[in-house]
Amino acid sequence: MKRRLLDLGFQALALLILLLALGSLAALIADVWSDGASRLSWSFMTGFPSRRAADAGIYHALTGSVFVILVTGALAVPIGVASAIYLEEYGTRSLVARIIEINITNLAAVPSIIYGLLGLGLFVRAMGMGRSVLAGASTLALLVLPVVILATREALRAVPPSIREGSYALGATKWQTVWFQVLPVALPGILTGMILALSRAIGETAPLISIGALTFVAFAPDGLWSPFTVLPIQIFNWVSRPQVEFQANAAAGILVLLALLLTMNAAAIWLRDRYQKKLS
Amino acid sequence: MKRFEFVIEWALFLCALLSIGTTIGIIVVLAVETFAFLREVPITDFLFGTDWTPLFATPSFGVLPLVAGTILVSAIAMAVALPMGLLSAIYLSEYAPAGVRRVIKPILEILAGVPTVVYGYFALLFVTPILQRFIPGLAGFNALGPGIVMGIMILPLVSSLSEDAMQGVPRGLREGAYALGATRMQTSLSVVLPAAFSGITAAFILAASRAIGETMIVAIAAGQQPRLTLNPLVPVETMTAYIVQVSLGDTPQGTLEYRTIFAVGMLLFLGTFALNLVSAWLRERYREVYA
Repeated sequence: MKRRLLDLGFQALALLILLLALGSLAALIADVWSDGASRLSWSFMTGFPSRRAADAGIYHALTGSVFVILVTGALAVPIGVASAIYLEEYGTRSLVARIIEINITNLAAVPSIIYGLLGLGLFVRAMGMGRSVLAGASTLALLVLPVVILATREALRAVPPSIREGSYALGATKWQTVWFQVLPVALPGILTGMILALSRAIGETAPLISIGALTFVAFAPDGLWSPFTVLPIQIFNWVSRPQVEFQANAAAGILVLLALLLTMNAAAIWLRDRYQKKLS
Repeated sequence: MKRFEFVIEWALFLCALLSIGTTIGIIVVLAVETFAFLREVPITDFLFGTDWTPLFATPSFGVLPLVAGTILVSAIAMAVALPMGLLSAIYLSEYAPAGVRRVIKPILEILAGVPTVVYGYFALLFVTPILQRFIPGLAGFNALGPGIVMGIMILPLVSSLSEDAMQGVPRGLREGAYALGATRMQTSLSVVLPAAFSGITAAFILAASRAIGETMIVAIAAGQQPRLTLNPLVPVETMTAYIVQVSLGDTPQGTLEYRTIFAVGMLLFLGTFALNLVSAWLRERYREVYA
C-alpha cells in the first residue's frame, strides 16, 4: 500500500513539474502581452525607429527580417537539399559520406554566435561583403544548413523503395528517378523542414549582431548590399534601454515576432498532416 | 546521358562537402585571429589570468572571469533543466497516456522554438523582478534570473532526448520488473533509468553545451561586468555576452580588442565541441547495446 502511494505521489510530482514548465510558457506570453499589446497598432507596424518611444515602429526591422530570411532560404534550401540527396541516394556507404554525416551532427550543436564570428571573418571581411543583407543571409544559411539537411534526409528516407525500383525498372537513370519520382513524393517533408529551418533563422539574434548588423537603421533594406537590421536585433536594442516606454516597444515587437513564428509553424504542421494522410 | 549523370553526382557531392568547408572555415577564421592575439598576449596570461579588462587603458586579458560567469550561469541552468527535464521525460515515457503525450509534446516543441531574445526579455523584466521580492540583495542584472530562464529554455531538449533514450529500453526489461511486483516508479527509477543511463547522460552533456553557447539571454539579463565570482546575485559577464558587447561597439579590424572576440570564441568553440563529441559518442554507444 505504501508503495502504491509513493508511486502515486511520484507521478503527481512529475506531472506537476511538467505543468510548471508549460506554465512558464503561459507566463511568458501573458507577460509580453500585458506589456506590449497596447503598443500594437498600424503606425507601429509601419513606423521607423525614433528617439521617442511612442513614435517608433518596426517597418525597417520587419522588412529586414523578411528580406534576410528569403535570401537565407534561397541559399540554404538548394544546397541543403542537394547535400541530403547526395548523402541519402548516392554516397550512402562511402567513408566520405560517413564523415560528412558526423560533421553535420557536430555542426548542428555549434553555438550560433560562433557562426557569427565565421560570418564576420569570412563574409564581412575576407570576401568583402561588408555588413550587408547578403553577408547576414549567408551566415544564417550556414547556420540552418544542418537543419535543412537532416529534415530532407528524413523526408527522402520515408519514400518507399518500391517507387525507386519501379522507376529503374522502366529504364530511368538515377537522377531521373530522384528528380521525377523521389523528390515530388518527399516534397511536403522537405518543405516542412525548410519552414522549421527558416523559423529558427528568423529568431536568431547573436550571429547577426556579431557580424555587425546595425542596431539603429532608419530605412528598409533596398538590395543585397544594403545595410540592415532585423526584428530580434530591434527588440534587443529596445529591451537594453532603461526606459519603460522602450521596453513596451520591445514587448510589442516580440508579439509580432511570435505571431510570425506561429504562422510559420502552423504552416509546417499543416503540411506534415497532409503528408501523413497521403502516405497512409 | 551518362556524362550528365556524372556531372549531377559531382555537383551534389560538392554541396555535401560544403558542410565540411563550414567546419574548416570556423576553425581557420578562429585560429588565424587567435594566433595573432596570442602573439601579443602570452597564452598563460590569457588562460589563467584573473582580470578581464581589455577595454581599459592598461588592458588585462585574463579570461577566467568570463569562464567563471559562463560556468555559473550554465550551472544554474542545468540545476533547473536536469531534474525538471528528467522528471518530465519519465512522466512522458512511463506514465502519460498517448493522448496526453500528443498534446504536451508539441507545446514543449514551442517552448524550444521561442527565440532566445524573447527569453532574455522574460529573464530581465519578469523573472528577475519576481526574484527580487524574495531575495533582497539581488541586483537588476544577475546570474540567477537568466540562469533559471536558460534552464527553462533547454528543458525541452533534456526532456525529449532523455525520453528517446528511455523509449529505446526494450519492453521486456519493464515487463520483468512489473512481473516481480514493482510499481511504475520503482520500474522507472531502478530499471529504465539505469538502462537508459548513457543516453540520458548524452542528453545532459548536449544541454550543457547548449547552455554554454547561449548568448542573448545572458547578454540581456546577466550584465556586462566580468568578475571572478560564484555569487549568483551580482552582475557577471559570460564569454558569449562579451562577444556581443564588443560586436555592438565599432571595433576596427586588426586591433587587439577585435581579436579578443575570436580568442574567446575559440575557447567557446573548443569547449562546446568537446562536449558535443562526448555526447555523440555516448549516444552511439547506447545505440549499439540495444540494436
